[in-house]
Order: sequence, then C-alpha cells, then structure tokens
Amino acid sequence: MKTSIPLNALIGMIITATIVIMAVFAPLLAPYSMTEIVGDVWEPMSSEHWLGTDTLGRDLLSRLMYGARVTLGIAALATILSFSMGTMLGLSAAAFGGWIDQTLSRLVDLLMAIPTLILALVILSVLAPSVLTLVVVMGVLDSTRVFRLVRSVGVDIAVMDFVEAARLRGEGRLWVIFREILPNALSPLVAELGLRFIFMVLFLSALSFLGLGIQPPAADWGGMVKENKDGIAFGIPAALIPAGAIAVLAISINMIADWVLNLTSSLKGGKDV
Amino acid sequence: MIAQRLALSLLILWAVSVVIFIGTEILPGDVAQNILGQSATPEALENLRTEMGLNDPALSRYLSWAGGIIQGDLGTALTNGRDIAESMTSRLINTLFLAAFAAVMSVPLAIFLGLLAVRYRDRWPDKLISATTLASISLPEFFIGYVLILIFAVNIPLFPSVASVYDGMGFFARLNAMALPAMALTLVVLAHMMRMTRAAILNVMESAYIETAELKGLSSFKIIYRHALPNAIAPIVNVVMLNLAYLIVGVVVIEVIFVYPGLGQYLVDHVSKRDIPVVQACGLIFAAIFIGLNLVADITALLTNPRLRHPK
Amino acid sequence: MTKDLKQLAAMAASGALNRRAFMSRAAALGASTAMAGSFLGTAARAATPQKGGTFKVAISGGQSTDSLDPARSTNDTTLVVLKHFGDYLVEVDVDGSLVMRLASAIESSADAKVWTFTIREGISFHNGATLAASDVVATLRRHADETSQSGALGILRGIDTIEDVDGKVVITLADGNADLPYLLADYHLVIQPNGGLDAPDAGIGTGPYKVVQADHGVRYTFEKFADYWDDSRGHVDAVELLVIADDTARIAALQSGQVHIANRVPPKIAGLIERHPQIDIHSAGGPGHYVFNMFCDTAPFDNNDLRLALKYAIDRQQMVDSILFGHGSVGNDTPINSAYPLFSGDIEQRTYDPEKAAAHYKASGHDGPIVLRTADGSFPGAVDAAQLFQQSAQAAGIQIEIKREPNDGYWSEVWNKQPFCTSYWGGRPTQDAMYSTAYLSTADWNDTNFRRDDFDAKLLAARVETNPEARTSLYRDMSVMVNNEGGAMIPMFANWVEGTRSEVEGWYDDPAQTMMNGMATIKCWLKA
Repeated sequence: MKTSIPLNALIGMIITATIVIMAVFAPLLAPYSMTEIVGDVWEPMSSEHWLGTDTLGRDLLSRLMYGARVTLGIAALATILSFSMGTMLGLSAAAFGGWIDQTLSRLVDLLMAIPTLILALVILSVLAPSVLTLVVVMGVLDSTRVFRLVRSVGVDIAVMDFVEAARLRGEGRLWVIFREILPNALSPLVAELGLRFIFMVLFLSALSFLGLGIQPPAADWGGMVKENKDGIAFGIPAALIPAGAIAVLAISINMIADWVLNLTSSLKGGKDV
Repeated sequence: MIAQRLALSLLILWAVSVVIFIGTEILPGDVAQNILGQSATPEALENLRTEMGLNDPALSRYLSWAGGIIQGDLGTALTNGRDIAESMTSRLINTLFLAAFAAVMSVPLAIFLGLLAVRYRDRWPDKLISATTLASISLPEFFIGYVLILIFAVNIPLFPSVASVYDGMGFFARLNAMALPAMALTLVVLAHMMRMTRAAILNVMESAYIETAELKGLSSFKIIYRHALPNAIAPIVNVVMLNLAYLIVGVVVIEVIFVYPGLGQYLVDHVSKRDIPVVQACGLIFAAIFIGLNLVADITALLTNPRLRHPK
Repeated sequence: MTKDLKQLAAMAASGALNRRAFMSRAAALGASTAMAGSFLGTAARAATPQKGGTFKVAISGGQSTDSLDPARSTNDTTLVVLKHFGDYLVEVDVDGSLVMRLASAIESSADAKVWTFTIREGISFHNGATLAASDVVATLRRHADETSQSGALGILRGIDTIEDVDGKVVITLADGNADLPYLLADYHLVIQPNGGLDAPDAGIGTGPYKVVQADHGVRYTFEKFADYWDDSRGHVDAVELLVIADDTARIAALQSGQVHIANRVPPKIAGLIERHPQIDIHSAGGPGHYVFNMFCDTAPFDNNDLRLALKYAIDRQQMVDSILFGHGSVGNDTPINSAYPLFSGDIEQRTYDPEKAAAHYKASGHDGPIVLRTADGSFPGAVDAAQLFQQSAQAAGIQIEIKREPNDGYWSEVWNKQPFCTSYWGGRPTQDAMYSTAYLSTADWNDTNFRRDDFDAKLLAARVETNPEARTSLYRDMSVMVNNEGGAMIPMFANWVEGTRSEVEGWYDDPAQTMMNGMATIKCWLKA
C-alpha cells in the first residue's frame, strides 16, 4: 500500500478543491453579479472580463463561479441520493436473493425500461420545478443504474466462499452485507462513483436543454453551454469555457476516484486470499 | 432458469404497458390543443376532441389498446391519422442501424482500450486513455455534436452535417451520412464501457489464480486476455448492454442536432403534441428493447458464472 | 439618386455586383437600408430567371406529427410545403395589393355582401384533372365547415353560403366585408381537387411543384410540375426541403454549403455569418411582434398602474439591440406598426423610465415578486428577454421572478391561461383583422383578457367607415387605448432573418411570413 498521494490524484484534488472554493465563496470572489449586464454580447477576454461576456453581456467568469454552486450542489446531492439508494437496495438484493431480489430487480427493470426522457418529462411537468424535485428525480432515476451494477457485482461476491463461510458462521444478514460484500464490491463502485457524478452534471444540462432544469437567470454549466451554443460555429469561447470547465471537473474527480480505486483494490488484495 | 427469466420479462413488459398507459394519462396538456397550437379556436378544439374519442373512459381505452397491440396493431397517430406501426418501422430501423454502427465502432474499441489500460496500468498509455475518454464523456452531447460538425463539416468538409437518410439510399451513402452522429455517439458511450472493462479486469487480476498464471510465466497480455477477461465478462456485458440500450433509447439530442430520422425524435415530437397512442407505442417498443437487452445480460451472467448456473 | 440606385440595383440583380457591395454603394448615395433593399427587390424581380437545378433548403418548425392536409398546417415547414404544391385564389403582394391567381376576376355587390369569383381556365391538378369552380367551392366549404379542424375556420366564419353558379364561385356574407379577398389569401386555403374531401392529405394541388416524397419532420422532395400554368414561377427542376429544428445545425448546413437557403437565422449570429463570403443575410421587417401578455382582469394585473409600471420598466431599445441585434424595431404596446395601412405614426413612443415605473408601481400598491412565465419556444430569445426585463425592472424596484416552462405544452398550459407570460403574434394583413383576432372582447384569442365596450364599438365602427381619414382616426384612438390601458406589453417587432448562398437569385423581402412568405423556392432561382 502506497503512503504518498500520487501526482495525478494530487492535481485532481487541487482542481476540485479550487472549484469547490469558487462555488462556496462565489459571492465574495466573483467580480460581478451573476445577473448584471456589464458589457456587450460576447465580448472577448479582457482585463475587465477575464473570460469575456456571455450571450446577454454578463460577465462569464462570475457566471461560471455561481454556476459551479448549482452544478456541484445539485450533482453532488443527486449522486449521494442515487448511490445510497442504489447501493443499499442492490446489496440487499444480492445478499437476500429469492423473492426480494426478484421484486427489486424487476421493479428496477420496470423503471429503467421506460425512457428516462419521458419519465423526467412526465414527473417534472407534474411536479413544480424546484431544486429539490430536480435532485430527487435525478437521484431516483439514476439509482436504478447503480442498483444494477451493485447487484451484479454483489451476486458474484455473494456466492464466493468467504461469504458462505460467514453465513455458515451464523453472521446476520446485515453483517454479511456490510462487512463481507460491501468492502469487496467497493472498487467497481468507486470507479462508477466518479462517472455517475459526471453523468449527473450532464443529465442536468440535458434537462436544461429541454427547458426543465434550473430557472434563469441562474444556470448550471451545461445550461451555460446551451445559452451560448450559437457562438460555437464562430469560434466564440463563451460556450467552450463552461464545457471545458465540466471536462476539467470530470477529469479531476475521476483522477481522485482512480487513486481511491487503487487504494481499495490493493487493500482488498490481502483479504480474499 | 432461463425460461423463468423469460416469463418474468414478459410480466415486466405487461407491467410497463400499464405504467406507460397511466403515465401518459396524467401527462398535462391536451392533444387537441397541441395539434392546433396557438392558432386553436374553441370550435376546432371541440371537434378534434370528439373525433379522437378523448372522452371515452380510460379502462376501455387501455383494453382496446392492449388488445390491438397483441394483434400487432399499434393504432393510428392522432395528429396525422397515419398508421403508427408503418411510420414507426422505418424510424426504428434507422435507430437500430445507427445504434449498430456506433456499437460496432465503440464496443470493440472500448474493450480493447480497457485491456490496453490494464496491460499498461499506471503508465502513460493508461493515463492517456483515461484522460481522453473522460474528457469525451464529460462534455454535453450537444456540444460534442456541434464540435464535430464544426470540424468535419464546416472547416474540413469530409462528412455532411445533416444526416438525413431516406428510403432507397445506398448502403455506403447511408454510412457516409451517418458518420458524424455515429462518431458523436461513440465518443459518448466509449468512456463508460472502457472504464468498467478496466475496473472489472483489475478486480479479477487481484485473484489468486492470476498470480498462479503469472508464476507460470505467461505473458501479461495473455494473462489478461485468457484468464482475466473471461472472468470479468459479467460486469462487462452488463455495462455494454446498458450502453447499447442507451444507444437505442437515449439519442434524442444527437438525432436533433444531426437531423437523423430516428425513433427518439419521432417520440419527442409526439410527446410535445400529446399524441398519446404514438407515445405509448414508442414507450412500449423502447421498453421491449431494454428488457430484451437485460435478458441477454442476465443470461450471459448465468452462463459465465458456474456458481450461478448451479444454484443450491 | 433614384436613377443611380436603380442602375446599381439592376447590376446587383444581374449578378455584376454582390448584395453587400450594392448595399454599401447605395448607402454612399444616401439611401437608407430599407430603401436600398426595396430597390434591390424590385430589380431582382425584373431580372431574367435561370431555369434548372435543385434547390436545397433548411427550414425550421417541422415535426413528424405534420400532415400534407392544408387545413392542419400550423408551422413554417408546412406553410412552405403548401406553397410548393398548392395555389390560392388570390395572393397579397408585398405592397399590400391583390394578385389574381386561380381567380381571374373578382366582382362584388355594392354592399360587399355578395362576391363573385371567376376561375381561371385550363389549369390542371397534379393528378391530371382540370380545375373547375366546383373544386374551389368544395375547398372553401371544407375549411368553413364548423366541424372542420381548419386553421382558416375562424376567418371564414362570416360566410353564409358558397355556391357554384354557372361555373363561377359565388360567396354570400352575413355582413358586408370589403376585405374578403384578403381573407381568401390565407395560406391554408390551397385549392384541392374536390376540395380535398376524398383525400385531404394527398398533396395534390395545382402548384408549381409536385410532391415526390414527404417524410414529415425530416425531409420533403418536390419535382417541377411540367404543366404548370405560370411560367414566371417554379424555376428549378427539383426542391429538397430539410427540416432542421436546431438553430445551430441549420446554420451549419448553410455554412457548409449543404443547403442554399436557411430560414430563421438567430439575429445574434446574423452579423457573424454575414462575414462568410458566400452567404447573404436578408432581414425583412413587418407586423410580427413579441409580446409580454398580462391578464387585465387578474390580480395584480387588473390594476392599470401596475401594468403601466411594468410597461415603463422594460428597456425596449436594449431588447432590440441585444435580442434582435437590430433586426427589428421597438414596439409601443400596440400590435400596430407602420407595416399596416392607416397607421398613425404620431403616438408617443414609450421609453424605459425607471422613475415613472417606480411611481406607478408605488401607486398600484403592489408588493412582492411578480411571476413571469416564459419558454424558449414562446419566441426566439424569450428567456433572454425575460432576464433583461428582470434586470431593468429591478432598477425600478420591481421584482420579477422568471419561471421557465418546458417548450412542450406551452401553448396549451401557459399561453392564454397564465396571467403573465411571453408570446408572439405574426400579425395580420389589416388592423381590423389584428384587433378582431386578439383585442375584441369576444375574440377566442383575446390573450390579455382586454375587454372594453368602448374599444369594441370603435372597432365595429371602423369596419363600416368609408372615409379613410375618419377610419385612421378611429384606429389611432384604439391604438392609444391599448397602449395606455391594454395588457399587452409589446417591446419589439421582429424581422424575418434568413440566409442564402450566393447562387440564390431573385430574393426580395416579404415580411408577411418566413421564406419570402413561403415563396423563396418558387420565385427565386439558382445561378448556374
């Protein structure tokens, strides 16, 4: 087991931390307000507007900072919800098997079988759009994906000798789930965590694309890409910058996830032999 | 065991049909209003409603709908009175064709890159593959689409930006027209499959028998290919199936950008017009495809894991 | 100057001078852009068209739910499709004059109650049948039928009977209407064999192009109808219409040369795309306007002080600058602008005045945020416009809360249902038609719930007023009434902005509808 943090993970942490700090302290750090029109439409980068201005003449850097709050906040909450629900149910299905497994699996199949788009459209047009409904809808819809992954990994582990041994020892079901199955299912889960977080960011931007996302003038990063998309074909950076920000965030988070993945798999090495 | 899964899948399909029916019932909005748009007069609205039978009770509509589907009759679209099965067939073929095109490019590439990443784990090929696939996955789909159009249609005119395929188009002309959307989709699904492949194989690589194989002096690529991959097949198949399903049911945005006449765009148009029969039919087809792919994933998992094949 | 301009325009029309060079030289002669544009249009129409080629067009608005049935046409794409395969009794030209098409002569009784249309002879349908008065009668009856779903039903409601009398079409009205022929130019009223009763969506008409393939929401192809009666139209051999809903994709198709024409260029990028050496941008201003609708009978908008506060709190010039990028003009809270006959230009223009807004707001006694509903689909740039309004209103101490609604369902769930939302109107050929459609107390689409007996009385009086000055004065009073007390906040009139490749010739601006009122591929031609 390595004791020092590798360079990749370190870079990932620094960037992620920077983005988080930007988001948290946006009102203090941002040079302008998120909504104020401070210049012409699509001004190029300048000393006044470091990243230029957006489709209405608002300062892009300021919007990026405020947008980070929305993007990180909603994506993180939805990911947490999706992971806790998905993991809990997936592991239960794997450990208990039988009718519990069947019921949960088919229920999830049912939910997944209906295109997410229609589901989101129906739910979000029935419920009033708010950050809470967004988080819940995104989290619940996404938890089906986590469930499937966890269950399939869990089922493989649940039939392994050490789990059977634990069962024969007379350990409780919960003990089996949390002490035997969960730790061994951790590495694919962690690899998935980073990706699912990014999927949440993208899901949010897809919802903004459909007009179901965040209410203007607030915008998540994906929504900012959309706001400025007409400029893409003319080399105007206003759409490239938020898109780049999403990519940078994705890579940073996943560099950390990779490191954690390495840690857990080397931890696990000693355990299942 | 397999027969049981099959029966269950059919049961799910039935449940989905009920859920879809109820879901579309509570969709706000009114098909008549949406057909006529802002230019609807109360008279025209009332006439259209009566003609469409929107006032019949829900249960009788479900029964006649489900009954029709069993006989292969999907009904007619409310908005333009055309036979749904007929209009949907060519769209469905287009969707499957694009999904197949993208899958043929992305699945082998993803698995190959995954193997490569394991082979050169923590060295530069691994890091390069990780970073580029991550970057491609973390951009909004529409952004990828626009950038591809900008590069390969506007700046270097290699492929058309408009992928409007039509009946009677030659196979290669079709492939050429579909090049950009297929590329965009490949970029969208590649990273997920590649990363899961890598993680699943790494998981197996920790096992004792791999160490044995290493001790036997087998080359590392051979170990990965011969010993680790077959044992990691279940999670890989699982993620491949998820992405195949995505390629079929989740590509609306790409269809919009490249003007590709697939099922997703067809569905969204009819959702926005509240054309319930079409939404129901599309939803059911998507559900059937999804359930079918899941069945394949489940059965593969059964066949590749002997312990699951012989339950106690 | 006029003579020089004409000469320049002729050069431009013959291709000796490109549009941009023409415009800059015209400006040097002291001509305004609008003036130069109209000269160019006249000259372009006078130039000799070239025949042949295949027109490729990228167009917005089409959906897979569309149909070839003219009665059900509701969007840009179906409008253009209809004009390809269909013909009308009459058309309205850019200058507001009537053009005889399938009708060769029109007569009316002195009280404008009985109208007789003589039908042009020797016209054939695409299916080989010959056009007869009975086809016209059947067509009009189908659209005027109360159980029809025609978009033209509303305007035909004043018709009592439609008869075929000795090979002529005779229409009798309940009340006289001197504007009847204008109503029959409505784009839904394509003359079909037997009125389309047998097969409404067969796509058979007498138009310049025959439908070859109709893949709704995706692609339409047409070929030249060999027996077309009017040689001045339909210059190319074939037309391919590609339905591209996404703005960016549509413009990319034009940039990459995949299409000759793209409609609805977002104003924001019109200036950028015009730098492309082979692309021309056309901007046609007309009666189409964007509107913020307030319900005059619903709190808090039932208070005129609040309505005025909001009207003073909107920065119209800023909207024209950063939403329309100059491709439009400021509105004055009345749907009537200089595009209409009998327009009075002397009504004071309302401008952004946060102090007045604050004063009216205070007088209204309202407190707390005001919810404004909007959607990208309510008009192009609506969500942006809502945000600009939010900013300018804030300066007057008025808090606007924006609720963005999904595009789908907007027209059924929000518009004409919610008390404050964004919307648009395409405009009508006459002031009477516009007011009767959306401001009359009993109008179906009175989307601001503006109900005033004195307004209605003036509108009815203007219909029968024959003295143009008295009529103009009545219309002026009505505009002032709507401007001061109405629920429609109209910040801007928007132009149609369209892009063509340089091969496209014969273009002129017709602001009635997109794509030269749907006629671009029919009146323009491709330079070999």
